[in-house]
Amino acid sequence: MSHTYHRRTSSTVIFLGLLLAFTITVTFLSEGMGAGVISTSFVKTLGKTLCLALVAISMDLVWGYAGILSLGHFAFFGLGGYMIGMWLMYERTREVVVTSLADAPIPPTPQEVSDAIANRIFGVVGSADFPMIWAFADSLLAQLMLVVLVPGVLAGVFGWLAFRSRVAGVYLSILTQAMTLALSLYLFQNDNGLRGNNGLSGLQNLPGLTDVPQALVSVWFLWGAALALGLGYLLAVWVVSGKFGSVLRGIRDDETRVRFLGYPVETYKLVLFTGTACMAGIAGALYYPQAGIINPAELAPIASIYLAVWVAIGGRGRLYGAVIGAAFVSLVSSWFTGGQAPDVPLGFYTIKWVDWWLVVLGLSFVLVTLLAPKGIGGLFDLLERRVAPDRHGADLGPDQGSLREEESRE
Amino acid sequence: MKRFDFLLAGMLASSSLVAPAFAAECPIKVGVLHSLSGTMAISETTLKDTMLMLVEQQNAKGGLLGCELEAVVVDPASDWPLFAEKARELLSVHEVDVIFGNWTSVSRKSVLPVIEELNGLLFYPVQYEGEESSKNVFYTGAAPNQQAIPATDYFLEELGVEKFALLGTDYVYPRTTNNILESYLMSKGIAEDDIFVNYTPFGHSDWSKIVADVVALGADGKKVGVISTINGDANIGFYKELAAAGISADDIPVIAFSVGEEELSGLDTTNLVGHLAAWNYFQSAEADANTAFIEAWKAKMGEERVTNDPMEAHYIGFNMWVNAATAADSTDVDAVRAAMYGQKFPNLTGGTAVMLPNHHLAKPVLIGEIQADGQFDIISQTAEVPGDAWTDFLPESAVLTSDWKDLGCGMYNTETKTCVQTLSNY
Amino acid sequence: MKNLLMAALALVMSCAFARAQDAPMQAILQEQSALIMENSRRTIAPAIAAVSDSGLPEAQDVLQAWQAKNLWQRRADGLFFRATKAEGKTYTLYDFDTHQPAGTVPASDLEQIKPNSGIRALIGSALVQFQLQDPDPKRRLAALTSVQRNPSADALAPLRKSIPDENDPSILALKLRLERLLTIAHDPDEAQRIKAVSEMSGDLGVDVRATLNPLLATRLAVFAGPPPATLNIAKTLVPGASIEVVQAYDMLVKADLAPELVTDAQLYAALVEHVSDGTVGGIATHQLDDPQMRQRAYAALAAAGTVRTAPDVERIAQTLEAHSFVEVYLEPSSDVTDAVSKALDTIAVTVGANQAMDLLLDGLSLASIYFLAAIGLAITFGVMGVINMAHGEFIMMGAYTGYMVQQVIPNHTASILVAIPLAFAVTFAAGVIMERLVIRWLYNRPLETLLATFGVSIALQQIAKNIFGTQARPLTSPAWLDGAWVINDVVSISYIRIAIFVLAVFFLGVYLFIMRRTRLGLETRAVTQNPRMASSMGINLNKVNMLTFGLGSGIAGVAGVAIGLFAKVTSELGSDYIVQSFMTVVVGGVGNIWGTLAGAAMVGFLQKGIEWFNPSNTLAAQTFMIVFIIIFIQFRPRGIIALKGRAAGD
Repeated sequence: MSHTYHRRTSSTVIFLGLLLAFTITVTFLSEGMGAGVISTSFVKTLGKTLCLALVAISMDLVWGYAGILSLGHFAFFGLGGYMIGMWLMYERTREVVVTSLADAPIPPTPQEVSDAIANRIFGVVGSADFPMIWAFADSLLAQLMLVVLVPGVLAGVFGWLAFRSRVAGVYLSILTQAMTLALSLYLFQNDNGLRGNNGLSGLQNLPGLTDVPQALVSVWFLWGAALALGLGYLLAVWVVSGKFGSVLRGIRDDETRVRFLGYPVETYKLVLFTGTACMAGIAGALYYPQAGIINPAELAPIASIYLAVWVAIGGRGRLYGAVIGAAFVSLVSSWFTGGQAPDVPLGFYTIKWVDWWLVVLGLSFVLVTLLAPKGIGGLFDLLERRVAPDRHGADLGPDQGSLREEESRE
Repeated sequence: MKRFDFLLAGMLASSSLVAPAFAAECPIKVGVLHSLSGTMAISETTLKDTMLMLVEQQNAKGGLLGCELEAVVVDPASDWPLFAEKARELLSVHEVDVIFGNWTSVSRKSVLPVIEELNGLLFYPVQYEGEESSKNVFYTGAAPNQQAIPATDYFLEELGVEKFALLGTDYVYPRTTNNILESYLMSKGIAEDDIFVNYTPFGHSDWSKIVADVVALGADGKKVGVISTINGDANIGFYKELAAAGISADDIPVIAFSVGEEELSGLDTTNLVGHLAAWNYFQSAEADANTAFIEAWKAKMGEERVTNDPMEAHYIGFNMWVNAATAADSTDVDAVRAAMYGQKFPNLTGGTAVMLPNHHLAKPVLIGEIQADGQFDIISQTAEVPGDAWTDFLPESAVLTSDWKDLGCGMYNTETKTCVQTLSNY
Repeated sequence: MKNLLMAALALVMSCAFARAQDAPMQAILQEQSALIMENSRRTIAPAIAAVSDSGLPEAQDVLQAWQAKNLWQRRADGLFFRATKAEGKTYTLYDFDTHQPAGTVPASDLEQIKPNSGIRALIGSALVQFQLQDPDPKRRLAALTSVQRNPSADALAPLRKSIPDENDPSILALKLRLERLLTIAHDPDEAQRIKAVSEMSGDLGVDVRATLNPLLATRLAVFAGPPPATLNIAKTLVPGASIEVVQAYDMLVKADLAPELVTDAQLYAALVEHVSDGTVGGIATHQLDDPQMRQRAYAALAAAGTVRTAPDVERIAQTLEAHSFVEVYLEPSSDVTDAVSKALDTIAVTVGANQAMDLLLDGLSLASIYFLAAIGLAITFGVMGVINMAHGEFIMMGAYTGYMVQQVIPNHTASILVAIPLAFAVTFAAGVIMERLVIRWLYNRPLETLLATFGVSIALQQIAKNIFGTQARPLTSPAWLDGAWVINDVVSISYIRIAIFVLAVFFLGVYLFIMRRTRLGLETRAVTQNPRMASSMGINLNKVNMLTFGLGSGIAGVAGVAIGLFAKVTSELGSDYIVQSFMTVVVGGVGNIWGTLAGAAMVGFLQKGIEWFNPSNTLAAQTFMIVFIIIFIQFRPRGIIALKGRAAGD
């Protein structure tokens, strides 16, 4: 145990050190604050990647440590984005409206200001009234709280219902996927008050800071994302290294046994599920102001599955694995789909990566699942020459779905 | 440094000999921002190829301002946030002089803040819902008054439709268009009860209930017409169900705003003969410019390829930009924009397109009946209709006007005589 | 030059005049030439009337040619002809008056008159009088269709006249029916109309309702004091209850019975106009960001007489009290309106019942589609416990197989007959390959199966995109599946949906047969219940798993052909159905085909039911359905029909 703990602390220190070094390097190479080697759009990409790493950590906690394959964490991520997006949009529009009404001979009533804002925001979807859900949009503090609360409450209610009736394993995965689908279908409706398919846009323009160039804003957000990732990582390390973490791993490996030992398995799962949903929400709230726009397509079930893919490729059950997976796969994906990768001419057919990258990703994912369940993180084990216990292929526990020998080497 | 350049430019402007050498760094870069992968790839790839063809043709004619044109193609992959990122990359990394791109409204809204922040220039080629005006965007596709309103007039006057079913996919273009149409129809004396509105998801396939609802509308003895803003694949299921229900175009005509030659190629159109579509361009238009354009397109892309309305919009937009840059003797965004107003260029259907100070074109409106061979038979063609950024049929927008040339404002309130805002809504 | 032009014009004119004597029809057409060429429904009526009322025997011929887009104008002289396509791009012209060919000319010398469907309908109406007694039953039917589309009073007399001579029983029935409807709408004799109404009152045809409903059309009217008794009043409206107060008051303003209200915008404009030295009506402008202060300022202005006084609440109430608001029938006879509303009430009940029936059929059809999509999953997931996220892509593969077969075999019937077994074979093979390569290594790790098959799913989907493109591909059903089974004007279902239903029932039978009557079924059940024991009994686990998985995948392929036929074939076809399919299996209960059936029925009917409640938004229906299912699973986590005992695996 102490050995594990030691290794973990050392990996944490290394990780935080690398994160700090990365942030400083990018800052000094950025257009906003340094040499200008890295373009603003790439700084934004890096900042967004850090947010993705954070949500990957939350996914790793629920899946890699507690064995709950949630196909809904990217939905929580998106909800966080929507919550901060509402304030950003409201406040930016309010500034514009107040400026334009300032010249009027008679000062506007609060109602007129609110109507004008609503008309600007919802005009594009053919409405002119503020829906109920925008009640707190004028307060940054309230919306910041909602960033955590909305995903948290949704996850709490859903988790309570699901865990209470002992829905587990693949059933739970399918149910979370259904939840994600329902949520994205709901958001796609134009009359739901969140502008339907158009979503919330122009989020990169911070209210009150319109004069600050995006080159600078992008660096600020990079810092914010790096800070959140660092803190999130520390929190995750703390959670999994204590008794709580041991119980979680127990649940993953043999839920029934842990229950018979007297632990309230459902409560553990619920706390973790809800907590990681909040974490995903925070990551989303930092991500979408950098992306500039959030719309329901971001919450589609496929996004949550990609999240699982990142974590699996990076290596489940180890926090840095999740970070590596998210960063590696998302950056490589954007490199391949961005048209930068050179085509491969085969004579009779030219492989264009824009078309074939997804095929490669899908198949490499199958291969990782089959042949290298530890993912990229497993390479570090090779580096450290750590040998896994040989159990001659015997199961660790009686449950279907419990971890097998191949993936339990810790 | 910047200031010095400016002074220098002022000093040299009088000398026409030096100006071209100064005006642009060679090569002049043309950004192409169309999705080459993902759901929109099918529509947008065609536009990318159109742009490459136009750039090629221009280079064959000797380029622009003594420079070669170079197309910079990026792939935003039908991912809306990626559109903003790629637009930023085009403007700040590749330093393109102009961007031709976007298809969906949401992608345009995603790009707007970036274009306005970096003072870029975007040509947007697709019919859209209006209610927007940006200093940095030229809308070469149809505004609602160039497609939806004339089509509705056609229904009211030529077909005598008294009851309307507005069917659309649930996103912003159908929502806004239907909103405008609803208040337009009411202004024409159609009762609210005689307007049936329904929205379906993208790719919807189960149309039996909706088609039955539309048929049932005929129960009060009024002639029913369907105005369809159904997008993409969903049309296939819709038209199949219509055909299965035995609804002929003479009983319940359907006019579509998003169904063109490209979409019909996925369908057996024998059961749909007589249903309608409204566009500013059909491949079947008889004009010499069109014949030449189609020939060039087929020579480049293959015999079976069809041309469509957004392609014509890019054709007009690109040529106007070339002429404006030539007139301004520069590719500088502000100079080109000033030279754009009033630019005239022959469109492919035989008339002349004019760029208006509100960044829209004056274009004719064509209505075509679907033929058994998947082409359209043009049965009505209007004179050039000037595009209107703010519709006259919604109370909030009726008082707004856009005039970037004289008023320098895209959202000018004609009642209070003030500029509401100079940035666009996004 | 000018002279030459004049000479040419004179020549054309004289030519036209010369023809006038021996070519009366051409003369009429020339007279109406401008209107014909303008080609607009608003202005065309006189031209059509001129032809149809000409009394010339050629009138019918001209109108029919015109309606069929077969009227051409020769550009050189403006004369009109009927034309048939000849060699290449030339047309042979026929003169209307002489019925003789008038030469063959290239298409570029001709202009085709293309009447739009509005004009075609007008021509159709004009043709009714000629066609009702036409020897050709098709033309008689066309005339009746015209009458149906435009039931004008003019048609009543010729229609009645044509009835005694009608010998075709089906056309006669239609004629009689139309005669009744026209009687209701246009007969001057009130007793006749009421009789016709009562005769048709049991009929739920759309045309009957379309005839009856306009008779109940009303207008809103307002009167000072009680309404005059001579009017046929439908309803008396009470402001605040059956009519909005604002609307009622607006009616009064429009009828000049009350002073206009002051709207917020007018109030604002008035205030702006009267700002002086930073105050309006004694109130400083900076205080006017409060609506109440604005009202006070306006009241002050009104008191000073600078603006007109706004009617206050009390005044409005008094005015409303003093007037009566009524809906008045446009039809003056109350006997007719009573009879019609009674008939419509009867019809409404029947229509309601039939609508429920139609909804039921729609639900059944949707359920059978879901069932067909899920039945493969019921085998792979339900029986074997393997989560196959690529199931949707197998459906897609089946659909594309159907498309490919249609490319090779153009005959639609034959191609479907080939496509179904071929789709089964292709996806069976794909399933077996996937089972061998991926799934069998993961039998004890269901979550990993989920992810690995998901990887296969994205790869397959992208491969399909690379091969076929993202555009939808046509999969056309054979002609005998076109159209719909129409029970009446409310209840109908397309044949293609019936075919899917039959296919679903067939595969239910196949499933039951294989599982209960064959060796493979027996072995599958044994392996499902206890693999080790089954293995000890000499059952080849590998083979059984492989075949079962192949079977499930094969059925998915067939489902793909069916779904492609009624919707579309795209690379995303599978992912549209995958979540619903899993829902169907999970809701129904894993491991039991009847459960899947119940699940499909529940999901299908539920979705249709919700759509019925909320007809303007189909998306909401889907959202609510999923939420409902999530909640449902909380209460029956093992589905509607849960396995008990050992097979349940607990």
